[in-house]
Amino acid sequence: MDIQVLGPGCKNCSNLEKATAEALEQLGMAQEITKITDYGQIAAYGVMKTPALRIDGEIKVSGRVPSVEEITKIISEATR
Amino acid sequence: MTTAVPSSGHQLKPSQLWGSVIAAGFAWTVGYALNGAFWDFIIYDLAGLDADSHLGASIHFFVYDTTKILLLLVGIIFIVTVLRSFVTIEQTRRALGGRHEGYGNVAAAGLGVVTPFCSCSAVPVFIGFVAAGVPLGVTMSFLIASPMVNEVAVILIFGLFGWKVATAYVTFGLIVAVVGGYVLGRLNLERWIEPFVFETTIDGQPVEPSTTMPWSDRFAMARQEVRTIIGKIWPYLLIGIGLGAVIHGWAPEDFFVNLAGSGNVLAVPLAVMVGIPLYSNAAGIVPLAGALADKGVALGTVLAFMMAVVALSLPEMILLRRVLQPKLLATFIGVLATGIVTAGYLFNTII
Repeated sequence: MDIQVLGPGCKNCSNLEKATAEALEQLGMAQEITKITDYGQIAAYGVMKTPALRIDGEIKVSGRVPSVEEITKIISEATR
Repeated sequence: MTTAVPSSGHQLKPSQLWGSVIAAGFAWTVGYALNGAFWDFIIYDLAGLDADSHLGASIHFFVYDTTKILLLLVGIIFIVTVLRSFVTIEQTRRALGGRHEGYGNVAAAGLGVVTPFCSCSAVPVFIGFVAAGVPLGVTMSFLIASPMVNEVAVILIFGLFGWKVATAYVTFGLIVAVVGGYVLGRLNLERWIEPFVFETTIDGQPVEPSTTMPWSDRFAMARQEVRTIIGKIWPYLLIGIGLGAVIHGWAPEDFFVNLAGSGNVLAVPLAVMVGIPLYSNAAGIVPLAGALADKGVALGTVLAFMMAVVALSLPEMILLRRVLQPKLLATFIGVLATGIVTAGYLFNTII
């Protein structure tokens, strides 16, 4: 599974990264989170509102920091 | 854990959810209605300060205005965020995709106001728009209108200047965005956009979460937005209103009139030049501008000053530099500054 946090490095981007890490921990998954900070790359993924969460090439969340609970749900749905 | 949105909405029944929203709305209305009377009682009756004294007037101005502005911000950011949760920036881009200049600029400026946007998104939005074929001038109209006519600035101006000035600010802001974007589009500046923008192909499938979002999530999002914005701007707000209170209570009446009253022809461009590099969000600058207007600085000058501070900020320019070459960036600043100066003069002439 490929988990990416997209954002140039604003406060909410690190919040999203933290929340995602926490969700992974709750799920007992030792997954790496890749950070994408390059604007060209972020835009190429079709994201115009950061932060965004991209799992296996699919944008799951954009422009907000969801709760750990919601991320947990998103990740477990993606693993299925 | 602390940074995440508490999704308590999930456990609430619809009746409880709407009940709590209505209760909060009621509490807000009562608080707003009693604000003046409450502080009159505390400052003048309980603390025994004289309403005509410098100290009494300043303290009353400070606490009354802070409370009023905070209440307005909380209420309106909440409502605006809920409404905006129905609009996504992807929809905006699609709406603007086939538009040509002229009508497209008007549509872009209008959409700039309603589309959720923050200045840290300026670069991805710019790339996303231009790479998807939205004309440069239309994109610029969006990029000018979006930060300038934002809800925080408009609420503050409404709260401290009244609805007439707020309407003028929105109207002139939109005109500057439409005309500025149109002019920038006419200048054929595409060659000064960093080439990688055009090489970007958008292959991602954008999410459209807002179309299916339940009300509880919209409210949770709005609560988070209120917290984020207030958390970010309260120091500016306190300093701005504090300085405003000092000017209100102590600054000699003729000081600012001599400096930037209607007698000084160059007051508008001077105000814009001072305003451009100033980095403050609207929260700090509007209360200060309010005090300046109280002391006799012409309203158009104050308006131009606020527009310059809000629309043009150094950090945003540094971000935009990644996609715009220096010449284009300079032209952008020049066109925008000229537009704001013109708006200021126009307003001073009308009033």
